[in-house]
Amino acid sequence: MYSNKPLSTAVNSPVQAVLARYGADPHALVQILRELQHLQGWLTRDNLYQLATALGLTLAQVEGVAGFYRFFHTRPVGAYRVLFSDNVTDRMLGSQALMTDLCRRLGVAPGQLGDDALFSVDQTSCTGLCDQGPALLINYQWVVTRLDAERVARLAELIRARVPVAQWPAQWFEVRDNVRRADVLLGAPSEPGAALAAALARGPTAMLADIKRSRLRGRGGAGFATGLKWELCRQAPGVEHVVVCNADEGEPGTFKDRVLLSRHAAAVFEGMTIAAHVIGARRGLLYLRGEYRYLLEPLLALLQVRRDSHLLGTSIAGQQGFNFDIAIHVGAGAYVCGEESALIESLEGKRGTPRIRPPFPVQRGYLGHPTIVNNVETFCAVAAIALQGGAWWATIGTAESTGTKIHSVSGDCQRPGLYEYPYGTRIDAILQDCGARDTQAVQVGGPSGICLSDSEFDRRIAFEDVPTAGAFMVFDRSRDMFEVARSFAHFFAHESCGFCTPCRVGTELVARRLDKLAAGHGSSDDLVVLIELDRLLHSASHCGLGASACNPLRDTILKFRPAYQQRIKSPHFEPAFDLDAELSIARRMTGRDDADAHFENES
Amino acid sequence: MTDKVAPVQSFLLDGKKVLFRADETILQAATRAYHYIPHLCWHADFPAHGSCRLCSVKVNGQTAAACTVRAAPDQVIESDTEELNGQRKRLLQMLFIEGNHFCPSCEKSGNCLLQATAYQMGMLGPHFEEFYPDRPVDASHPDILLDFNRCILCELCVKASRDVDGKNVFSIGGHGIASHLLVNSESGKLVDTTMALDDRAAHICPVGVILPKRRGFAVPIGQRRFDEKSVAQQAQGEAS
Repeated sequence: MYSNKPLSTAVNSPVQAVLARYGADPHALVQILRELQHLQGWLTRDNLYQLATALGLTLAQVEGVAGFYRFFHTRPVGAYRVLFSDNVTDRMLGSQALMTDLCRRLGVAPGQLGDDALFSVDQTSCTGLCDQGPALLINYQWVVTRLDAERVARLAELIRARVPVAQWPAQWFEVRDNVRRADVLLGAPSEPGAALAAALARGPTAMLADIKRSRLRGRGGAGFATGLKWELCRQAPGVEHVVVCNADEGEPGTFKDRVLLSRHAAAVFEGMTIAAHVIGARRGLLYLRGEYRYLLEPLLALLQVRRDSHLLGTSIAGQQGFNFDIAIHVGAGAYVCGEESALIESLEGKRGTPRIRPPFPVQRGYLGHPTIVNNVETFCAVAAIALQGGAWWATIGTAESTGTKIHSVSGDCQRPGLYEYPYGTRIDAILQDCGARDTQAVQVGGPSGICLSDSEFDRRIAFEDVPTAGAFMVFDRSRDMFEVARSFAHFFAHESCGFCTPCRVGTELVARRLDKLAAGHGSSDDLVVLIELDRLLHSASHCGLGASACNPLRDTILKFRPAYQQRIKSPHFEPAFDLDAELSIARRMTGRDDADAHFENES
Repeated sequence: MTDKVAPVQSFLLDGKKVLFRADETILQAATRAYHYIPHLCWHADFPAHGSCRLCSVKVNGQTAAACTVRAAPDQVIESDTEELNGQRKRLLQMLFIEGNHFCPSCEKSGNCLLQATAYQMGMLGPHFEEFYPDRPVDASHPDILLDFNRCILCELCVKASRDVDGKNVFSIGGHGIASHLLVNSESGKLVDTTMALDDRAAHICPVGVILPKRRGFAVPIGQRRFDEKSVAQQAQGEAS
């Protein structure tokens, strides 16, 4: 398994530097691993051992955390780690052919370490650049957008010539905001501190009442009433209370938080500070998904500006006793950490496994303290409500869904980007505005949301009709909805945390079963099993990831049945076990590939 | 002490009244009252884990894991229904096909909670295609064998070693379908830990992962724990 050589306790300088920065706090383990890997390229077993010793953890605990996150490596991955974003929208823009091309140019298979341990090429879950894909993530630090054949050819040369990424053409790293329709949130930013001043003038009780009056609901998907969440947290006993901003925007096809954090970060921090004032928190944490690492420096700089302006820190805005500050935690590639209790586990330096609830985070959250976790967009809405009032907010939208919603539009349309509409907007209105033609389907809310066919485009975006966390992926009639569902199935199998049986095994079974259909071995029985798996995952999973993992499957079987039917070769049972494929190892061992070394094909 | 307080409130489990104490979960109360709700990762001596999902029941129509839901007086709970037992059978089949379970050659056969529960739920075959993962055994320890092929990730050994033995021998690594048990030593081998045969962790495994060496088939198959009485009959104890 590992070498018998005792592990080295001689702590090298990168380990020392990172440990010193975090004061040997075991709750900072995810940050420590991320920063150490950034310095060294990968995490050696010696490193894990040294960290365990310094942090008072066991080696296996540290190994367990390092092995949980997709962005951590306990084996070399090369000086250039090139990851192709693998959302279905990247695929629709040709990402798979581009990856094949890059691998061919570099002479490496996907996932394998190239010559001289210089590089590796692989895929990663959606990087939130669907409106400017295909996109690449390099060394978990840089993103390359609008990839094409020319860029891939040049990129291969640059890697071969060992040119540092920082010296690559600057326009490759350009990330556009693409705000196509702005309403109350995406419009011109307000004066920094104005919303906070309005909230402070009202006082925590009145501010909470105003949030309740606005009937604001969480923008992360579940739609829990923000005012009620805050009230429960405010009332929960605890030595301190914590405000967490969920910027782990991992739902494929969603990129609104990226733009909010690029253009409206002041409003996000202002909303967090208002929340702190209401629930009585001193500590704020922003969980930034690892894919958005490039936003870290500007966000840190803005936090410093706000401290210098007395909008963070001690005696905020001159109010004695109002002390609050915000730290940023960068994720490391785990979609499940978007679930609030998994996010808190990750903030505490652990594997991002969803907790048993109750207790809910508002009762026992970060380090056991009562904690509110709200979405980036929710905090922006809070800042707007503080300025203009809950009654004003409640006039926008519908009865059960007040205010506006920002949609990340991508896929088959002329103008992908961000569109902000009041709740109650029809699907076909959004399709028309983004320049979608001949549309077959829209995946609203990402793979864990709902797939709508053209007969449903008169439905409206609202919690009472079509709820959404913000993704809006458009598919025209040239697209194969079976392949869309298969791509999402692989996403969920890849992102399952592995904790509960139905999700761990079920997502894998679904992905394999769809691969079987794609390979031409489908039978009617497979559809029966798939429908059964959907029901099982929905009812028995530990968290929302498992419960919603089969949504795209269920919707597409129901609404795009011919896409499945054409793959069903037999009305009877077809084994998943391929006898001839199973012989491949024996063929390789014996060096044979003649006709007698294969099973006869019946056809 | 809570266990000296007499139960005063009750919920309905499959139409039968079950008394519970404050702070008890549905599964705790049901077990204490000799009602059988199938489960694998739950153990009376440890906090609920909630990973196997076998104890999923319907609480006032909503599916939830009985090991994690606190008992409450207004609950009407369904457990022994065709639908829920069918779901349990599928979960069991998932656990069988993701590992390598060859009952006839397994020393744990007849004492294995996974096998006994599969019999109880009427599981006759794997239903799904088998994954046949490659999971080498760890035979490094002089007294204890680790056969990871049978692991169902219940984490009882993790908890027993950490909370009872104070040794922290086990942990969980990886993610998704590749999640696996880790041994805490520099070599990753059990021989380099302080684990001993009289540890609680050496006797907590509900399946056949953690086995004492040199004690093969001392009790013949047919005379083992679940051979005489089914898992449900044992849970129902004197009530049956």
